[in-house]
Amino acid sequence: MINLYLPLTYDKINSLEIFQEVRLNGELFVARDQAHKRIFDLLDSNSELPFDIKNQTIYYMGPSPAPKNYLIGSCGPTTSARMDYFSPRLLDIGLKAMIGKGPRSKQVIDSIIKNKGIYFTAFGGCGALYNSKIIEVSTIAFEELGPEALLKIKVKDFPCIVAIDSKGNSVY
Amino acid sequence: METFVNRLKKALIKSSIELDPSIINLIKRAKQRENGNTKQSQASLVVLSSILENLELSKTTKIPMCQDTGMFDVFVDIGRENKSNLATIEAAILKACSLASEEGNFRKSVVEEPVFDRNNTKTNLPPIITYNLVDGNDITVNVLLKGFGSENCSSLRMLNPTASKQGVIDAVLEIVKLAGGKPCPPICVGIGIGGTMERAAYLSKRALIRDLEDNNSDSRYRELEKEILDKINQTRIGSGGLGGITTALLVQIEQEPTHIAGLPLAVSINCWADRKATIIYKGHLYD
Repeated sequence: MINLYLPLTYDKINSLEIFQEVRLNGELFVARDQAHKRIFDLLDSNSELPFDIKNQTIYYMGPSPAPKNYLIGSCGPTTSARMDYFSPRLLDIGLKAMIGKGPRSKQVIDSIIKNKGIYFTAFGGCGALYNSKIIEVSTIAFEELGPEALLKIKVKDFPCIVAIDSKGNSVY
Repeated sequence: METFVNRLKKALIKSSIELDPSIINLIKRAKQRENGNTKQSQASLVVLSSILENLELSKTTKIPMCQDTGMFDVFVDIGRENKSNLATIEAAILKACSLASEEGNFRKSVVEEPVFDRNNTKTNLPPIITYNLVDGNDITVNVLLKGFGSENCSSLRMLNPTASKQGVIDAVLEIVKLAGGKPCPPICVGIGIGGTMERAAYLSKRALIRDLEDNNSDSRYRELEKEILDKINQTRIGSGGLGGITTALLVQIEQEPTHIAGLPLAVSINCWADRKATIIYKGHLYD
């Protein structure tokens, strides 16, 4: 078990290997399909992104509504493959890590090698478990997308497994 | 109508936070089988333990086990002797789905149209509703909270009529391998064989709905279910797609007559969060 503190830099991840269990701590961003599309629209029009992506981590997730007295609802990972089209360009401009579930395309793996990034798999369907690991939530942009809005969250002991390491080794 | 709505609403909310004990047992068995002798098996053990921990948490906190509370996929079996008004049944189902979404804090996951604006309906409606006439006097409603991580991996093949058993096995394995780690394995696999294209798809969902204790009436298909389950578990996709021993928890087949020229085959994939709500209503629904 390895504790990692966000934001991640290459020196924190270069020795990580596939299948290793890690616990993430700190701030990261939440975005899924439509938020990625919006980020691409902003990049295409040379507009500023709503957050500085350098060394950041994106979690592919769209939560269910927060019940009373909770910060957020169920919040497990969504299928990463749907973000494959978007990831290489985001890695090129500074994104360091991605969290989701399931395999990635060859293009994403190549981009991870090129940009010295990393991909973690969270445990699919475990939305109540991940709820208990989130200690702060704020909406950063695209609020009108509802469950697909861009969020910033703070996590504590957020469990995942290294699925593609910075050398491009993959568990899939 | 109020009783019907209330019972269905409660069943829907319960299905989002608790799995049927028969499915939990299959997950526990999968965990026992995972020997931890390889990195793959160790990682799969972590996934299976996390799933069981998640199920405990969702039951106590009432937070849905998965954030994708799905699209309501509703199957209504109406007894031929039941005197209900169909429009009243429909209204009751819509009301129950709407109330469950709100009170159960379901994610609003439905968009108005698929291609252009994809505006969220913000109600989780409409559900998919299929009506079916059966013998008897009751109304049985089965609802799948159909998550789309797994639904995106469902697929259909129009096989040749001479494809026989091997052709069916090959096609299912091809679909499951293509899905790989995407649909949150260990998965549940519903297979519909026969009918027309859309009937096979419908049957594949009926296979997912079928109670684990209700065996296929034809022993040859029961054997085929076992054989396909074994073969899927030989793929070593594994829990979480991490290469362990268990890829699928169950395989169920529903078969029906078909045309001399064809062998329609549909595979519906459900994740381990095999969420089903069932009510059997013994009365009649009027306005």
